[in-house]
Amino acid sequence: MTHAFLGVELAYWQQTTIRVLAGLVAVLLLTGGVVYLYLFKFVSFMQSRLGPMEAGPYGSLQLLAEVGKWLQKEDIHTKDSDRLVFGLAPAIVLTSTFLMFVVIPAGPNAVIADLGTGIYYVLAMSSLSVLGILMAGWASANKYALMGALRAGGQLIAYELPLVLAVLGVVISAGSLNLQDIVAAQSTGEIFGWSGIGNPYVLTQLVAFLVFMTAVQAELTQTPFDMPIAESELVAGYQVEYTGIRFLVYFISEFATAVGFAAVASTLFLGGWALPASWDISDGAMHVIGPIMISVKAVFLVGVVFWVRFSFPRFREDQLQRLAWKFLIPVALANIVLTAVFKVVF
Amino acid sequence: MPEKPKMPGVLKGLGVTLRTAKETMFPDGMLRPPSPSKGAATVQYPHEKEAPAPRARGVIALKEENCTACMLCARECPDWCIYIEAHKTLAPPRREGGKPRSVNDLDRFDIDFSLCMYCGICVEVCPFEALFWSPEYEYSEVRIQDLLHDKERLDQWMGTVPDFEAYESGSEAKVKKVPR
Repeated sequence: MTHAFLGVELAYWQQTTIRVLAGLVAVLLLTGGVVYLYLFKFVSFMQSRLGPMEAGPYGSLQLLAEVGKWLQKEDIHTKDSDRLVFGLAPAIVLTSTFLMFVVIPAGPNAVIADLGTGIYYVLAMSSLSVLGILMAGWASANKYALMGALRAGGQLIAYELPLVLAVLGVVISAGSLNLQDIVAAQSTGEIFGWSGIGNPYVLTQLVAFLVFMTAVQAELTQTPFDMPIAESELVAGYQVEYTGIRFLVYFISEFATAVGFAAVASTLFLGGWALPASWDISDGAMHVIGPIMISVKAVFLVGVVFWVRFSFPRFREDQLQRLAWKFLIPVALANIVLTAVFKVVF
Repeated sequence: MPEKPKMPGVLKGLGVTLRTAKETMFPDGMLRPPSPSKGAATVQYPHEKEAPAPRARGVIALKEENCTACMLCARECPDWCIYIEAHKTLAPPRREGGKPRSVNDLDRFDIDFSLCMYCGICVEVCPFEALFWSPEYEYSEVRIQDLLHDKERLDQWMGTVPDFEAYESGSEAKVKKVPR
């Protein structure tokens, strides 16, 4: 199987390598940008301070300094820890993060694998990280880590449900699980016969969007849902025994997952890479505009996540579970029913 | 039944953080270019110095001539971080034909600032106006044993001790003077 890439015939493995490398670079660049933009700067401004200013102009190289520092640190593990599982856990979390990006489209052709069941695959891959977290907590041989991991397990499973149910509303509206089809449905759709801006589902599926973003906040274990890593009671939860490069892996995967979920949310609700079909922009231009569009949308949504994160104090465990089971899931179910009824009636 | 999050309150909280971010980033209003270094409430310390309050408890200064080695400060110190050694010596008489006075001459007056907890009891307890608070704060050292400062160093800080401020009107107490 061969495809032309910039006029050069490439074998399948060459194409795959290029796509994977491009994907990795894009994900890491976006993650680094998001960390600098929000974690270092925007959050500092929200707290009336400047954030890092020393490394590079306006502290722009601070992240490199931090990575360099982590790489130098000693790799410590507890005496009773299960070393194989302990070492494997961060790798599993990171893998689940990167696998999410495989099906997220960034242009007409810019997708690593255009699966028919794209969104189903994304949700499945993102929930793999629970495994890594439980492994980390158990293998650390530390009661704080175990408590944190169990909390994380309970929380991630509880919020997986509203996440999936919120997505179902979009899937019913678009009539497909494929992310490219969902993007196309938003681009060509119309709201009550008006197709000026297509039909971004944030307008017609607003409830699903709000449920989805709340669940994402919890899936990322960002404050107010940071019970698993509550630093004032569990030190750092399942991350407590990790140092150096392993901690760095957790750090990267935390923020890369934030970018991933934001990209999924912007694909599902904000129209993804596409512009409304009625604007009549050629496919060639969309190859360039597409990746920029989805990056801007994803970065914006990560900003919302961080904004919420640094505005609110932490939920207690019972409040957190109640919000998921007693509020978000019923709302998401009602949204599915309403969407299905509207789909059939109109 | 624990309280649920209140909906308008939650949105108000988001508004507060966003407004603070805006005020930090655009202190001159949204139309002017952003200048966060002006809007931030913090000071970029090594580049610009913070101005401490005049009565800030920065460091303890010693007026060596006033010290009689009475040891009150050393005994009241909760951390025992003041070390005093002195010997008796004869000073010339105050009046012509008088007897030479017996005074204590300080050999050593060290404060270990790695132990000091800045309670200020020594300053309060000194009956001879020899100890004073100075707002000076830049005396960190690389090695912890270098934080044991001797009487020469403590005496240098006397120059940074600010004058006592006037008491509020109606106060009977007289404003003390800092010996210069």
